[in-house]
Amino acid sequence: MMVKIQIDGTYYDVKPGKNLLETCLALGIDVPHFCYHGAMGSVGACRLCAVKKFRDPCDQKGRIIMSCMEPVNEGLIVSVNDPDAKMFRAAILESLMINHPHDCPVCDEGGECHLQDMLVMTGHNYRRFDFKKRTHFNQYLGPFISHEMNRCIQCYRCVRFYDDYTGGKDLAVFGSHDHLYFGRGEDGILESEFSGNLVEVCPTGVFTDKTLKEHYTRKWDLSNTPSVCVHCSIGCNTIAGERYGKLRRIMSRYNGAVNGYFLCDRGRFGYQFVNVENRIGEAQIRTSKNSNPVEATPDMIASACAEALSGSKKIAGIGSPRASLEANFALQKLVGKENFFAGVSRTEHTLAKTAIDILQHEAIHSPSLKEIEKADAILILGEDLTNTAPMAALAVRQAARNKGIEVAGNSGIPPWNDYAVRLKAQDVKSPIIMANPFSAKLDEIAEKTYRAAYSDIARVGFAVAALINDGAPGVKGLSKEQLSMAQHIANALKEAKNPMVITGTHGGSEDMVHAAANIAMALFLHGKEGALSIVFPECNSMGLGMMDGKPFEDLAGLPADSTCDTLVILENDLYRRADQSLIDDLLERCKNVIVLDHLITGTTLKSDILLPVGTFAESEGTLVNNEGRAQRFYRVFPAEGTVIESWRQLKELMIFSGNHESASWENFDHVAQAMSDSIPAFAKIKGHMPGADFRILNEKIKRQTMRFSGRTAMNAQFSVSEPKSPVDPDSPLAFSMEGANETPPSSLVTNYWTPGWNSNNAMNFYLDEPNGSMKGGDPGFRLLETAATKHILFFAPVTGAFTPEAGEWEIVPAYQIFGSEELSSQGPAVAERIPEPFIIMNRRDAEEAGVKEHEMIDLTLTRSSLQVKLKIDDNIPAGVAGLSTGLPGMPFLKLPESGRVKNSKK
Amino acid sequence: MEHNNIINHPQFVKEGKQVSFKPETLKKVQDLMKRYPEGRQKSALLPVLHIAQEELGGYLSVDVMDYVASLLGLQPIEVYEVATFYSMFYLDKMGKYVIEVCQTGPCALSGGEQILAHLQEMLEIMPGETTSDGIFTLKTVECLGSCGTAPVLQVNTDFHEKLTPGKVDKLLEDLREYAKHDKSDDSTWVEKFC
Repeated sequence: MMVKIQIDGTYYDVKPGKNLLETCLALGIDVPHFCYHGAMGSVGACRLCAVKKFRDPCDQKGRIIMSCMEPVNEGLIVSVNDPDAKMFRAAILESLMINHPHDCPVCDEGGECHLQDMLVMTGHNYRRFDFKKRTHFNQYLGPFISHEMNRCIQCYRCVRFYDDYTGGKDLAVFGSHDHLYFGRGEDGILESEFSGNLVEVCPTGVFTDKTLKEHYTRKWDLSNTPSVCVHCSIGCNTIAGERYGKLRRIMSRYNGAVNGYFLCDRGRFGYQFVNVENRIGEAQIRTSKNSNPVEATPDMIASACAEALSGSKKIAGIGSPRASLEANFALQKLVGKENFFAGVSRTEHTLAKTAIDILQHEAIHSPSLKEIEKADAILILGEDLTNTAPMAALAVRQAARNKGIEVAGNSGIPPWNDYAVRLKAQDVKSPIIMANPFSAKLDEIAEKTYRAAYSDIARVGFAVAALINDGAPGVKGLSKEQLSMAQHIANALKEAKNPMVITGTHGGSEDMVHAAANIAMALFLHGKEGALSIVFPECNSMGLGMMDGKPFEDLAGLPADSTCDTLVILENDLYRRADQSLIDDLLERCKNVIVLDHLITGTTLKSDILLPVGTFAESEGTLVNNEGRAQRFYRVFPAEGTVIESWRQLKELMIFSGNHESASWENFDHVAQAMSDSIPAFAKIKGHMPGADFRILNEKIKRQTMRFSGRTAMNAQFSVSEPKSPVDPDSPLAFSMEGANETPPSSLVTNYWTPGWNSNNAMNFYLDEPNGSMKGGDPGFRLLETAATKHILFFAPVTGAFTPEAGEWEIVPAYQIFGSEELSSQGPAVAERIPEPFIIMNRRDAEEAGVKEHEMIDLTLTRSSLQVKLKIDDNIPAGVAGLSTGLPGMPFLKLPESGRVKNSKK
Repeated sequence: MEHNNIINHPQFVKEGKQVSFKPETLKKVQDLMKRYPEGRQKSALLPVLHIAQEELGGYLSVDVMDYVASLLGLQPIEVYEVATFYSMFYLDKMGKYVIEVCQTGPCALSGGEQILAHLQEMLEIMPGETTSDGIFTLKTVECLGSCGTAPVLQVNTDFHEKLTPGKVDKLLEDLREYAKHDKSDDSTWVEKFC
């Protein structure tokens, strides 16, 4: 069903139910606007999107309306270019400019400023107002965001995003008319995990990227490359910008199926690890097991590698969930399938395998984030999404609004009319049920929360499945409270049109994943989609799980003489994955330990040969996100010195080892193709991604903008002649400002720009409609094939009910968005946000143990002990304690396990 | 020129002073909160702020706003938002009597501007300022809604109408006298709301 409308004399067939502004943007018509945002809808606040509407074809006069508030109906006649409408828009801009400083040359937003774009578009260019401008003081907002309130044009996008969209509590608007102030109640760190998006949401330079300021570069001077975030399993799309060989910033790259317009702060600001001092720049060798590796010449490295690899009876390899598929594949080729170990612990390996099997089940659908946003009932089973997969948490927040949007819809309010929907909806929310051992940020939007130990959460999960479908195994001995909780959840999911279950492997509980699968299958039998989303710990956990690998404990467990002579470890700090003694012993036993990595870690310090490899910014590769979507990242800049991509380094090692199969891998496509051919799960990768030979009219896609400056002069201190641009043999992208002028395929977009739109609001013109899909389909494609029809086999619960023991606590992991992830923690900005190690207990338990809030306490676990700060959470059940996990300096802990606490002083 | 910096006003700092309503006011405030359904106590914010401003020092310091937030179960930032929005909530220390002179059309035509000039002369302050003895603050406001009796001004909650310079002199004299005896206006926000 389409409706016919007339814009400036031209007829268009358009989708009904949208507003005029988004319809115009989808049609590629420039309508100036500020406060409207594709993901946040319209509020009609800025008055800039004024157009003229005519009553009927005879109406000559017309009247000014706001296009963002005008529903598109059959027969609508409007004019964007009407002189009155143009004059109105210019007048709005003039009034906004009364207080806006003329500081563009020193403003970080300059060159990608929505306000600049709108000024040019509306034509206001002469200041008539001859009085002083109002000024404000700025606030300290933490290590991520800079504040410059004088530039504010009062569009309210920041608070609408921060408070309404992400549920933030600490950004507000103060004052009124010409002295509005957007900021915090007092100086301090912005608490939201999504604060970085203010940089993109703000149409001027009020909120800017503080990490970029340290090595500032204009948008047009950046060399931009499409990339994929490596800091969690969601796989948000990013654009990485570089100049002078340093990664300068990360911006979001639109993907309608994954992250949409936004990114979390870990994804946006975690990039700093690429530039840190801690990077391994040169290959190193150590002469004895007791010394640290030292830099060596390429010849020495070559002969050492050749000796280690060709002289070995057995070579084993340990892969990594933070390395690309291709790098892991190259390692598998080097050492052989039987000697390839996945680089994750047995628990994680089993969980990943289980999860992947489940997601391939016919009855189960693995939803994208966009699909999660559309759910109308969600059960979150044992996962604190805000910390483990922040963008999934943001999607759940949007899903919570769906019932309210429906309520408003029943009163005739369209979903894009944001303020009206919120007023009508009030507190009406879709049922979101949070089952987690400790309090989590998503609790505030949850209809119900269930606090229990993992085993009890899983048991309730099994009971929910049994209540939805009789075929699912029930659970005996549930308490009355647990039964009523299970009944409530089952009813909520059954009543919903689009119910969804989200769980994850962070808790280390197979039962939990099984319970979630049972619920999804039961819902499938109940006539629903059976949507189940499983969150994994790392960016390529899913991809690694789809390869044939074994947990590395299998290698460590072999008798000393049959372990291996040479062990190759790919981008993996084993000390984060197992007890120190186990790894020490394993590394000790191998005659040669070859480590490929980019940051100095405990494992690299124990390497006999250390080979520097590129980070995501200096190599290319494919990652599989938690949905099963394969996405490719590309090299942002050529690496310095002896740093090369992991897969290339491994190719060299293969040649050293006498295996010449890799000799034909001249570029990345060859290794990707070889992988597609030899691993059936990845067969689809071949042919789905534009290869290195992809061209548009015989031209590569340019990384640099056409206004890239200093090309002939930027290295003049070394040589006055302009150097040749580096060649990128591995991708269809060029390190150049020369290349195809046409819009590239969605997965290769390097920069959002369209005439008149230098700000990233140009993004909308790359979409089929605002907040829709990229033109030509969203980047990436799903690898998960649902297996051939098989009848539904429910899982049976294994563990019994949790029973607290006196003096003992079940220590469960409390992942932290800042700190628990290895790479982002190395950057100074994220490091500032990492909390002190802490433990969460309930008040009564703490009193029993004789420990007090905020005090340091001794935590004793089976194999280790540590000092942590006590936090009180009255909701955490008796006998359970949450421990911040994976923070820098903390030892590896296999959680959950039981532990004892006591006051440090005693 | 009035000071327009609101949230980052030099005085906008937490002093950490303990403030609280008198028990009888607190009782009234609690009655006021009960007029709204459970969970909607935020609705009582405006009247409670008026009462707080009147009873707790004549202006809304950060400590007063934090206290109101704690009474209504709100985040302090929610109170700041509301308090900074309205011009009748004062964020600065004010004089005992806030004289608000109407500057809108009808009053201006009937001599409002002369009244303001006269007040400036008599009090030796500019609009937005407070006399050194702390008795008077002079403000300009938009329409007070009594155009028929223009020119008008408002002292705290009381109207003074059909003004002439002579009437203003008398008014100032009376107010100075009241101030000596620590008498305030008869009508108060507490009475208006409770």
